[in-house]
Amino acid sequence: MANKGLTFKGGIHPPHFKKQTEHLSIEEAKKPKVVVIPLQQHIGAPCDPLVKIRDYVKVGQKIGEAKAFVSAPIHSSVSGTVKKIETRQSSNGMKAKCIVIESDDRFEVHESVKPKGQIESLTKEEILGIIKEAGLTGMGGAGFPTHVKLSPPKDKPMDTIILNGAECEPYLTADHRMMIENPDLVVTGAKAIMKAVGVSKCYIAIEENKPDAIEVINNNIANEKDIEVATLVTKYPQGDEKRLINAVTGREVPSGGLPMDVGVVVNNVGTAATIGKVIKTGMPVVERVLTVTGSAIKEPKNLLVKIGTSFEEIIEQCGGFSEEPGKIISGGPMMGIAQYTTDVPVIKGTSGILVLNKKDAERPEPENCIRCGKCVNICPVNLQPLMISRLSLLGRFDEAEGYNALDCIECGSCSFVCPSKRPLVDSIRVAKREIIAKRRKASK
Amino acid sequence: MENRLIASSSPHIRSDETVSRIMLDVIIALIPAFIASVYYFGLASVKITILSVLTAVIAEVACQKAMKRPVTIRDLSAVVTGILLAFNLPPSVPWWIPIVGSAFAIIIGKQVFGGIGHNFINPALAGRAMLATSWPVIMTNWVNPAGVDAVSTATPLAIMKETTASLPPLSDLFLGRIPGCLGETSAILLIIGGIYLVYRGVITWRIPVAYIGTVAVISLITEGSITGMTYHLFAGGLMLGAIYMATDYSSSPVTPKGKIIYGIGAGLVTMLIRKASTLPEGVSYSILLMNVAAPLIDKYTSPKVFGGVKK
Repeated sequence: MANKGLTFKGGIHPPHFKKQTEHLSIEEAKKPKVVVIPLQQHIGAPCDPLVKIRDYVKVGQKIGEAKAFVSAPIHSSVSGTVKKIETRQSSNGMKAKCIVIESDDRFEVHESVKPKGQIESLTKEEILGIIKEAGLTGMGGAGFPTHVKLSPPKDKPMDTIILNGAECEPYLTADHRMMIENPDLVVTGAKAIMKAVGVSKCYIAIEENKPDAIEVINNNIANEKDIEVATLVTKYPQGDEKRLINAVTGREVPSGGLPMDVGVVVNNVGTAATIGKVIKTGMPVVERVLTVTGSAIKEPKNLLVKIGTSFEEIIEQCGGFSEEPGKIISGGPMMGIAQYTTDVPVIKGTSGILVLNKKDAERPEPENCIRCGKCVNICPVNLQPLMISRLSLLGRFDEAEGYNALDCIECGSCSFVCPSKRPLVDSIRVAKREIIAKRRKASK
Repeated sequence: MENRLIASSSPHIRSDETVSRIMLDVIIALIPAFIASVYYFGLASVKITILSVLTAVIAEVACQKAMKRPVTIRDLSAVVTGILLAFNLPPSVPWWIPIVGSAFAIIIGKQVFGGIGHNFINPALAGRAMLATSWPVIMTNWVNPAGVDAVSTATPLAIMKETTASLPPLSDLFLGRIPGCLGETSAILLIIGGIYLVYRGVITWRIPVAYIGTVAVISLITEGSITGMTYHLFAGGLMLGAIYMATDYSSSPVTPKGKIIYGIGAGLVTMLIRKASTLPEGVSYSILLMNVAAPLIDKYTSPKVFGGVKK
């Protein structure tokens, strides 16, 4: 199969806005004085704290853990003293119990942090154990625990791994820089994932607008016959898991199904690089690369940031605001979460901090739907957003369900293209919530 | 500062596309045909078009004021309706015809149903249909284009149907040097405008191609010759109807398959009227009929969801 110019049906072409940061090397952020580490940064069960107030903790020490399988442990990103354990606003839009640690600035590493050896000498179970213990979750944003993804049930035969380096969200360049600066870690991570799942084929999927990353990765896999670069058309939402699988393998994940249903496991390139790092150094997830950018940021940067650092500190390091900010977003402009305060911590899934000025942040006034059908033409899931939205606004959620509202991936493409600036995805979200609530009620 | 941050849900960026830009594209696409109509039919074209557009805009403002709704003439949709109605009138009509027709189109065809996006039939065609039933003589009083003496005459389709008079040469057909409504005669310029609209993403190829294709196939069979088919394609209101009227957003289906079915349906009805009724032309009634069927077509042509099973 030729692996160039791959894509899916539908999608949009928003402006890239990546020029500001795509050529800037990753810098290490200033060490934070205080970190606020939420006990839930992932999809699944929240962790229980393993430390008490006034405890001394070290870098990489496990400070939160849950008994549930679908969860990921939490580690300290600094050495210092636990000051508070309290509920705070997190950057994922929810409130969470957080451990507040005051750093002693010594960054003493915990005894448990030791290199894990070569992949060749590790067993499948050992690799899965290392990934679980290191608290790995999807670094692309959703934050699904990685070890769960890598442990499909026995009756689902797997044959392909895809590393997602599409980075189709405008503005963000963290994955791009990661691939250029740490290709060895990406490849190590790829091999670890292949071994953990027991699969011998891996594609590293990258959009065409990152030719330098494609070249660097290609150079790094010259001797790896089982790992290949798949070049994708630059289009949003190319990095959506199911669209990506469709583009690279031609397979369609069934409606309501998971990638494992078609024998594929998808991981973000950032996740793979982190796995590579964990195996090399033994250090669990205590930091991540993110892009700080936008029309109201003075000096846009790609930064390596300790988990738990506040948005405020990071924005300050980037020269602060260049003008009055209108919106501060965790993640990209298409699916990121707008914050109402900068007093929120960076978590494992924070791929960027995007600060828009007043003008960019303005929400246009919606007009009547003119039924132009653009939302139908571009919907990557083949829905009719205008119909679902209309029914949702009328409160007719049963009918919205008939139009497959639950298949919506909330990529926001419909809202983006709508010439009448209608709140399409907003109202579809409402419909989805109502439908799910009703199903829950019915099953009780 | 912080309490002034906007914390709305994603997406946080929007395309720069607007309703008024779409309508402006339609107007741009219609300009060549308008210039041709001025060339062939003289100042009558200018007069009728201006009266029609002005009436449409004024009627929209008056309606929205009366109903205490926000005034939306800036979206240019009333201008488009005005132009399209004018394009559907014979050049010989008296001054009050475009005024009455345009007011009807906007008030009854569009505003009483809720304005832009809510009209279930094409407003301009509603206006034309009303005029054609109320003043049938005025609405079928055809004149020859410039250069041909300006007495009453018959359209090529009427000649094909009823008389033995000779048909105009095919070259006149393409250029628009034939009797007919103001804006419908110049097939070539209407097609160029249509290509522009497809290029700009304002319309898709589906409705026009399905519509024109259906008329082509049926007329080839009924007339038994390429020439006969050519007259059916280029002599009447087919190009104007298929490219600019049948593609009206709110009165046509939104699903890809639905657009094809709708286009084929309009083609069938058009040929049925042309061949089996007393009327020489059937484009506007066929579109109106398919307008009414559009919601039903949409309902049964929902696209297959990604990863879903065909229903």
